[in-house]
Amino acid sequence: MTTTGPPPGRMEPPATSTSEPFWEATKEHRLVLQWCTECDKAVFFPRDNCPLCLGSALEWRPASGRGVVASVTVETSSPNPAIAGGDPYAVALVDLDEGVRMMSNVVGCPPGDVAVGLAVQVTWAPLSDGRNLPQFEPRG
Amino acid sequence: MSAMASLRGAAAIVGVADDASPTGELDLTGRALETAMIEQALTDAGLTIADVDGLCHVNSSMAMAEYLGIHPRFTDSTSTGGSSYEIHVEHAAAAINAGLADVILSVYAATPRSDRKRGGWGGPGRGRPMMMMGPNPAAEWEMPYGIRMPMGPYALSATRHMHEFGTTSEQLAQIAVSTRDWATMNPKARFQTPMTIDDVLDSPMQTTPLHLFDCCLVTDGAGAFVMTSAERAKDLAKAPVYVLGAGTCHDHQMISQMPDLTTTAGAISGPNAFAMAGVKPSDVDLLMGYDSFTITALLHLEDLGFCAKGEGGPFVEDGKTGPGGSLPMNTNGGGLSYTHPGMYGMFLIVEAVKQLRGECGARQVSGAEVAVAHGSGGVLSCMSTIVLGTEGTLS
Repeated sequence: MTTTGPPPGRMEPPATSTSEPFWEATKEHRLVLQWCTECDKAVFFPRDNCPLCLGSALEWRPASGRGVVASVTVETSSPNPAIAGGDPYAVALVDLDEGVRMMSNVVGCPPGDVAVGLAVQVTWAPLSDGRNLPQFEPRG
Repeated sequence: MSAMASLRGAAAIVGVADDASPTGELDLTGRALETAMIEQALTDAGLTIADVDGLCHVNSSMAMAEYLGIHPRFTDSTSTGGSSYEIHVEHAAAAINAGLADVILSVYAATPRSDRKRGGWGGPGRGRPMMMMGPNPAAEWEMPYGIRMPMGPYALSATRHMHEFGTTSEQLAQIAVSTRDWATMNPKARFQTPMTIDDVLDSPMQTTPLHLFDCCLVTDGAGAFVMTSAERAKDLAKAPVYVLGAGTCHDHQMISQMPDLTTTAGAISGPNAFAMAGVKPSDVDLLMGYDSFTITALLHLEDLGFCAKGEGGPFVEDGKTGPGGSLPMNTNGGGLSYTHPGMYGMFLIVEAVKQLRGECGARQVSGAEVAVAHGSGGVLSCMSTIVLGTEGTLS
């Protein structure tokens, strides 16, 4: 895959030391999640302590990349040109099979077709530094 | 709750002031505008700045006190966005009850509309590092997806509410229409011309499912309130408005972390405040429920128990929150039609106090004795509920 880099203007996520394993994995198109080994629960967003037990027994595990749209809004009035070339795009909350929710874009279909309950899988959008931004597309 | 219940009737709001204009702009700005509000609120109370020994300010009560030349022995810089001022009331009531201060002042001013012209900072949330101290996970986990702030998170709640409960755009629009009907009776309101559901639905879509008129204004505005003990309040210029109950809860900062997109922390703050006050929703004569967006107000109606969860749409359909309706809501015209400088919670309090004093002219709610000011800050993040009452509600 050729790296064309992102279109100019997308706000690129600042990585922290805590989230570095997440972003490193995206360079290989792998979605990983933190798990608390005490609670046996996935944790998102990445942090240094489990939000259930406040323990620090967190480890990174591969994620399925599969989820379901919990909600969606289509940015129509002033879409960021860096996301879809100035066209409207879908911003969604995706409930991953691992039991955590993340914000993302749903791409690969008209934004108006993205609805609550849509089954999706992860896909990747390049960032400028070799990392990739996880996005989602309808699952076939 | 037993210890907290002692706050009931312990403190009163004794002076208020607010300002906004139909142009959306005010002449004064910054400290001058804040000071004007302070002077008006103190005059309203029959007090002077020399009486003030407690100060609340969302940015820095130290800087504000320094400017005013006062040395407060109670200070509160709680900043939770739109619910900040309800929390100031709650904290001030507790402080007065505990003897930490006698006269506590809270003030707010923001001029995002005229600042645009001046090229200055555009108010909270517009390039100003509000609540950005320390880690900012939203920059990493939400902003890269191009979500429009602040309306995107509210749209995500609205989409989910429509999915779960069948709520319609027409029902949301009715909230804006009823609120506009109140604004026709507020000569300071930004918009004073009646509108229809079709006007809302025909206004430009912003981020689905929210249209332009589902969204609050961006205007200059300012306000202040003064509180003191129930005992001292009896001797002041105006009829005291007593704090009967207060409750606060926040359950997320980022919308992606909201535990349930259709239930806010108001489901905690509201019942707690009502329990302290010893009132139930049916006792409430006026609801000042923060309307950053139509969906925001709808969620308050459900979470505070004015209707069951999911029934907010049918509840508002007959216009009962408008003039002549059974639940007057946002009688000043709200954030949707009166003013919305950024942290609108101040105006909820000022209007509630004026209504309970019978000072609201054409839009006066006849015989209003119990009012609720319910602030919402962040992105449906921090809810604070204040129950206010006239002297008649104390017994």
